[in-house]
Parts: sequence; C-alpha cells; structure tokens
Amino acid sequence: MKLFKQLFKQLFKDAPLATRNEITPKLGFALVVLLALVWLIPFLWMVVATLRPASDGINAMAELMPSMKPTLDNIRDAWDIGDFPRYFLNTTIICTGILLVQLVTVTLAGFAFARLAFAGKTLIFYLFLLQLMLVPVLLIVPNLTLVAKLGLYDTLTGVMMPFFASAFGTFLMRQAFEAIPTELEDAALIDGAGVFARIRHIYVPLSLPSFSAFAIVSVTSHWNDFLWPLMVINSPDKRPLTVGLSVFTTTAEGTQAWGTIAAGTLIVIAPLLVTFLIFQKRFISSFVTSGIK
Amino acid sequence: MSLAEPAALPVAAIASSRPPVVRRLSAAVKASLPAYLLLLPSLIFLAAFTYGAVGRVIVDALYQRATPRAPSRFVGLDNVAAVLADPAFTGAVVNNLIYAVGTVVPSMALAFLFALALSRTNAVTSALRAALFLPVLIPMVAASALFLFIFLPNVGLLDHYIGRLLPVLPNWLGDPDIALVAIMVITIWKNAGYYMLFFLAGLQAVPEDAMEASYLDGAGPWQRLRYIILPELRPTFLFVTVIAGLNAVTQVDHVFVMTKGGPSNATNLVLFYIYQQAVEHYDVGKASAATLLSLGVLMGLTALSFRTLANREGGS
Repeated sequence: MKLFKQLFKQLFKDAPLATRNEITPKLGFALVVLLALVWLIPFLWMVVATLRPASDGINAMAELMPSMKPTLDNIRDAWDIGDFPRYFLNTTIICTGILLVQLVTVTLAGFAFARLAFAGKTLIFYLFLLQLMLVPVLLIVPNLTLVAKLGLYDTLTGVMMPFFASAFGTFLMRQAFEAIPTELEDAALIDGAGVFARIRHIYVPLSLPSFSAFAIVSVTSHWNDFLWPLMVINSPDKRPLTVGLSVFTTTAEGTQAWGTIAAGTLIVIAPLLVTFLIFQKRFISSFVTSGIK
Repeated sequence: MSLAEPAALPVAAIASSRPPVVRRLSAAVKASLPAYLLLLPSLIFLAAFTYGAVGRVIVDALYQRATPRAPSRFVGLDNVAAVLADPAFTGAVVNNLIYAVGTVVPSMALAFLFALALSRTNAVTSALRAALFLPVLIPMVAASALFLFIFLPNVGLLDHYIGRLLPVLPNWLGDPDIALVAIMVITIWKNAGYYMLFFLAGLQAVPEDAMEASYLDGAGPWQRLRYIILPELRPTFLFVTVIAGLNAVTQVDHVFVMTKGGPSNATNLVLFYIYQQAVEHYDVGKASAATLLSLGVLMGLTALSFRTLANREGGS
C-alpha cells in the first residue's frame, strides 16, 4: 500500500495543479491502466493470431496466449491473396498527390488572408468557413457525378480531386503567417522581392511546424479514407489500402481464415503505427492543433 | 499630384464616361487582383466540390432521374416526401440518434477520465496515452476487421473469454437488438483516445491560482472537480461534443465492413442509407433528398462548433 502511495506521488509530481496528487488517484489511475490494456487487446490478438499456425485449429484462434510454434504462413498467405504492394502504392500516390496540391493552394490562400487587403475579404473568408460546415463526406453523391462528368471515374485523380483545396489548412496557415513579424517582409520588400519570393523565403521556412502538423493530419485522414475511394474506384488494381483490405476481409471471412485476416490487417496498419511510435509527440500535438479535421 | 496638375482632374473625369462609383470599384478590384489570384486555385476546387455540390444536391433532390423510357422530370419536393415516408430512412435516423448518444456520451466520459489520470507527462503516462491513441490512427476498416473476429459467435474473442459466463451465447452482430451496440463499442474504442487529447490540452489551461485558493480553503478533490475543473473545461466539453456528434454521422465504414446495415436494418445509419440509395438503387433523387436533410442538421451542429471555438479563443 505504501509502495503504491509512493508510486502515485512519483507519477504526479509534475502534473498541472488541476490533477496533482489527489483527484486522479481517487478517480482510479489503476482503472485507466486496466482500460489501456483492454484498449490494446484487439492489437494483441492481431499479432498473436497472425503468428499462430493453422494447425492449432479454429478453437485456439481466440487464445491471447501466443502459440509455442509461431509461423509466418499467415503473412505469406495474406500477401499472396491481397495485392498489398499495389494497395500501398495507390494509397501513397493518393496521399502524396492530395498533400502536394494542398500545400500549394493552402499556402497561397493562407498568405492572401494573412497579409493582403482586398475587396470582399470578409465575404470570401466566410465562404471558406462554410466549407468546414458542409461536411465533405456527405457530398459524395453530387461529387461522384461531377468526377464522372470530368471523365475521372475509376482514376486516382478522381479520388484526390475533392480534397485539393482545404479550408482547414488555409486557416491553419493564415494563423501561422500572421504570427510572423512584418519587419522581416519589409526588409525583403526593400530588396525588391516579389510575392512568391517572399512566400518562399520568409513565410514557408518560418512556418514549417504548421506545415508538418497539417501534413500529418492530412495524410492520416486520407490514408484512412474508405467510402469515397470505394465509390470512385472500380478496377481492382486501383484500390487503395482501405478498400483492398475490406475486399480481402470479405473474401477470407468466407473461408474462416482468421489468421490470414489478422495478418492482412497487420500488414495494412503496421506502417502508420510504426511511424506514429517514432514521431509520437509530433503526431499528438498535430492532432491537438487540428481540432477540426 | 493634385498640386502639380490641378486641371487634369476634370479632364480625366470627362474622359472616363463611367460613373465614379464603378471607377472606384474597379480600382479596388485592380488593387485586390493579386489576392484574388492567390485565392483562385482554392476557390476553383471549393466551388466545384463544395458549393457546386450543394447546388447539385438541391437540383437533384427536385428532379426524378431520367430512365431509358422517360427523361428526367421536375418533381418538386416529392423526393423529400418519399425519403421521409421511407421506413428505412426514418429507421436510419432513429438508429443514428441512438448511435450518436450511445457513442458520444461514453467516449467523452472515458476520454475525460483518461485525461485526468494521464495529465502528467512521464514515461508511464506517455505509454498509456499512446496505447489509448493507437485506435485513432488505424483505418475504421482495419478496426472492423479485428472486431469481426472479436464478435464472432462461439469461437470469437468475446465468446471465448466472456460469453462462456453467460447463460446463452448471444450472436453479437446477428441479433438486431445487439448489433447496433456492437457497432457503438467499436466507435467508442476508436474515438475515446482522440477526445482525450482535447481534455489533456484543456486541463493544462486550468488556472493555477484558482486551484491554489481551493487548497487554502480546504476544498476536497470532488469539490475542486465540481467547482473549478468542470466549469473551466466547459468550452472543451462543448467543442468535443460537436466533433463527436459530427463523427457519429460521418463515420460508417464499420457498417459497410461488418453488417451492411443489417440485420433487418438494425445498424443502418443515415450516411449508409444515402450510399445505398445512390449506388445500390441508382435513386439519385432520393439520395440527394436524404443528403439535403442531413446537411441541414449538420450545418446547425457545425455552426454551434464555431461559436464554441470563438468563445474558447475569446476566453483565453
């Protein structure tokens, strides 16, 4: 008991006053530890099931104790059934394409809102705000019609296009640019630097943290997109990871190949999880900055 | 300029036949041109995929789609009436309401508890935060694949460890009474870690002097929670409620992978209904009418979130 008290004291030494020492332990730090373990169970099962040989039988599938004879057969099977390298490539193309165009549109618009005076500024600003209210995922039906009319049905460009402009990113960059002292720009103006030179040499280098926060949120959310690519893409070789995984799961579910499903899921989510574990702090602060995705 | 050439003014005024208001306006536009050019790329895409999309939804909702036998024809509010009279739609709305309340309240309560317990940054709490945040990062489709097995009758993880204790093994995803709850569990698991971040940020901002004063006054931890922390975090609570509410209407990937809205429409949510109408029944009119109805509700919700945001910024 005394040991626990000591442990709590250590754990909450530097906590903000709001939670230091008394409230949290009474609300049950132990409960949260327990819940965090529960939260990990699906991941734990995924890893254990991936390494379990099929010879253990269907009844052993739910055991969380790892098999004594781990095997890579499930990973090999999953790799053979699903076209994962292709899915990865498609998802990477989609996320990179969206991000690259976004970085341009968002920087230009953010600069205009942060530093230029122009007629109708408030009106256009509200027009951008409106985009945040018109939840994009609900507009899938009219946007599919438009993408089809543009001849982009069943293309990766069609998947990317609705996200090329980002009101959220524009506001994020506007805020970052506004924080940069005007004196820096004045100096560049005296040197005769044009708008693009000033954006490139002053605003962009000084706003890198905001750019990286935006990049993390943009890539994570489009990496996970499912419904929109599901509607736009028809050819199997253009499927992104999410659509590929859902087809893979449906196929393997019929054959009760749960080890293979676990392996496929592991293949799909491993890259993002590893990236997160390496850049944990950056990820978390980016998500906090981005209250509205 | 006016000192150097005073006579030039009236001449210029006569030379330009346009009224002064127009001239001033065109001068303003000319001065604004660089800004417009910078905004143009964004505005083109916003116009096509947001504002234009809303316009097309309205038009599509008013028309009946052309068939091989008949051209498309104006039907007024018939589509809206048809959607409102469709038991599948009203069922989806009710399901979505239950789903919203049943996911928003527990996931926020858990997120707040997590934040209170993990507000200090050290190796242990960082690891726990990461564990709780991991589900946020993975695609809903991947989460669904994992939970498909967890909910699998007889052999699944849930039945293997807990189901055996029950008198009858429930068919988690096959029973209409339970399937919606099962879908909610995934959502709570997926989102609680995300909302935790906002509460963590909020807790850091609780003013120290108020806390210190409460210590001096001899207030207990529950009193501090009730009279200082909760009132301080009110804007955070509102803000997270709105985000969670939006998520409840826009996240449906798990419905696609796990239940396809079944059994007997028990897990059909509004966005899945829209998808079904458009892609499975080719009824763009009905899909658009349903979209329009949901957009109205969501715009109200989001407007609320901006007011909350504005208040939060104004307060700090």
